Amino acid sequence: MDWTTIISTTVKAAIGVETVWYALAAIGINIHFGYTGLLNFGQSAFLAVAGYGLAVTVTVIGLPFWIGIVVGLAAAVLLALLLGIPTLRLRADYLAIVTIAAAEIVRLIFRSVAFKDVFGGSDGRRGFSDGFYALNPYPDGTYGFGWFTFNERVLWVLTIGWILVGLSCAVVYLLMKSPWGRVLKAIREDEDAVRSLGKNVFSYKMQSLILGGVIGSLGGFIYGLAYASVQPDIFGTETTFFAYTIVILGGAARVFGPVVGSMIFWVLLVLVNGVLSGAVQSGFITFMDITQVGPFRFLLVGLGLILLLVYRPQGIFGDKREIAIDAR
Amino acid sequence: MHAETTKEQKTAALAAFKDLAREPGVPKPDPILVVDNVVRRFGGLTAVEVEHVEVQRGSITALIGPNGAGKTTFFNQLTGFDTADSGQWTFNGRNMNGVPAHKVARSGMVRTFQLTKALSKLTVLENMRLGAQAQKGETFWRALVPSLWRGQEDEITERAEELLTRFKLDAKRDDFAGSLSGGQRKLLEMARALMVRPELVMLDEPMAGVNPALTQSLLGHVKDLREQGMTVLFVEHDMDMVRDISDWVIVMAQGNVIAEGPPDTIMSDSRVIDAYLGAHHDAPLSEDELEQQLHEAEEELVAENEEEAKK
Repeated sequence: MDWTTIISTTVKAAIGVETVWYALAAIGINIHFGYTGLLNFGQSAFLAVAGYGLAVTVTVIGLPFWIGIVVGLAAAVLLALLLGIPTLRLRADYLAIVTIAAAEIVRLIFRSVAFKDVFGGSDGRRGFSDGFYALNPYPDGTYGFGWFTFNERVLWVLTIGWILVGLSCAVVYLLMKSPWGRVLKAIREDEDAVRSLGKNVFSYKMQSLILGGVIGSLGGFIYGLAYASVQPDIFGTETTFFAYTIVILGGAARVFGPVVGSMIFWVLLVLVNGVLSGAVQSGFITFMDITQVGPFRFLLVGLGLILLLVYRPQGIFGDKREIAIDAR
Repeated sequence: MHAETTKEQKTAALAAFKDLAREPGVPKPDPILVVDNVVRRFGGLTAVEVEHVEVQRGSITALIGPNGAGKTTFFNQLTGFDTADSGQWTFNGRNMNGVPAHKVARSGMVRTFQLTKALSKLTVLENMRLGAQAQKGETFWRALVPSLWRGQEDEITERAEELLTRFKLDAKRDDFAGSLSGGQRKLLEMARALMVRPELVMLDEPMAGVNPALTQSLLGHVKDLREQGMTVLFVEHDMDMVRDISDWVIVMAQGNVIAEGPPDTIMSDSRVIDAYLGAHHDAPLSEDELEQQLHEAEEELVAENEEEAKK
């Protein structure tokens, strides 16, 4: 077993591209679900419209990179409005149904044959990230020490990615300390009480949906730029559910919950994958082959999460007193 | 001085009611709330059909009636929590039909709920702060700059703490509202409603599920509201309480206002006795009547279920 490789990939995963874009998606979910109580099961659609907004603007229409970013953000806001207007007046479960369906519609449109010349079908789009890497201040080369190294492209993506994560956390921190955040948390507890105190609940839920969607959409940009491509199936429902897992793992309604949750989630996945693959290759494990390791690690991670929910339902940063109130 | 103002307000209220007829829909000298022809149907069942009713400013008015009389449904129509099929009502002369719940509250007509709605995972103090109106920090962009709303927040906190002290909840200010007892939650809900600075406070069964020790203090607080120039309209089942604190009583049965009058005489009104005990409560029932009563009881249950389902 090659422990150096296993450990180096695991340590890199803690701050890697996956961790970044899932953290952004999860920060969005944390605003929706953790603070406002909105069950948005369509977070992947926000990432998708942002990624594709950028990709299509640059490759198909031929406009510059910055306009692509603006188009992607606008698409996320528009999607939030489209999802929210019909559903936010209804009970919470309707939003869940509509968002999960909408996310699938978005994904299927992006991979449809009819729109292949725009969205590129199941191959997706590539070749839109030059504008981003043109801004790269790091000269060519590898950075880091020992085995902990990144090339200049990855380092640039990670720099921007972690700046975005930091900014998002700062925004969430400021907002949730403010009276605005207090209204959101109150809506999570009881909408009617908030209404009876003269707050426009619909407007606050819409603002929450837009904010969480836009922060999530940053994750779509980071994915697209890091891999210099977008494919429709990356933005499937499992992306949304991973984001939920991350939020619950880190502790819902906690500023750093999604970030730490995302780090732990990816470290675990990469570590289990590395150890299992190594064990299979060197013949320690004989009851499965190397292709079965991928699915099996999710099984183990799922088991771990069940144990977490049983023994620490509030997540890493959560407050046990809050869970105790629910149990009443 | 305290007792004097109480007396003044009470005397003023009683004087206003002195020469009024005991008829449903009787006009009041200075009504704060005027309701006309409010109808709410759930399918075939008419839950509320109020022709005309007025609430006197500065008084404590009780709304009573047997189970399923439509009292809470009536409250829901007036406060924008449900949409009336027809009818109109004015609050301080402003037309309020079709106005959404949050705007009703902003205009000074604030309600509480039969099943208390304490915001469990917010602290008692945060619950209170939420009630304050026109908060600068409640708009998205300003929320991001704490210096824009800090000052106002301090004022709000000060006012909230005063109210908490009055309601004897100051020791609980940093506890989660979810950890309070049922009676304390009622107190908190009432105190929170006062943070809105309402003119008309509408209390839906303020005494339900409150232990007798707290009842007295709650009664005191309700009387206190009138003393401070607010108008109170409350739904209640407990006749002792109604007699103790209300200046005027409106009786509803089967969606209609059937009688009005001062609390000491209202319970001897034949229409009220009929509503509570049935028209021929002292005569034996015929088979048809029994059938009809069963039917009515069934409808009431359906109406209640539907109300529940709507929540």
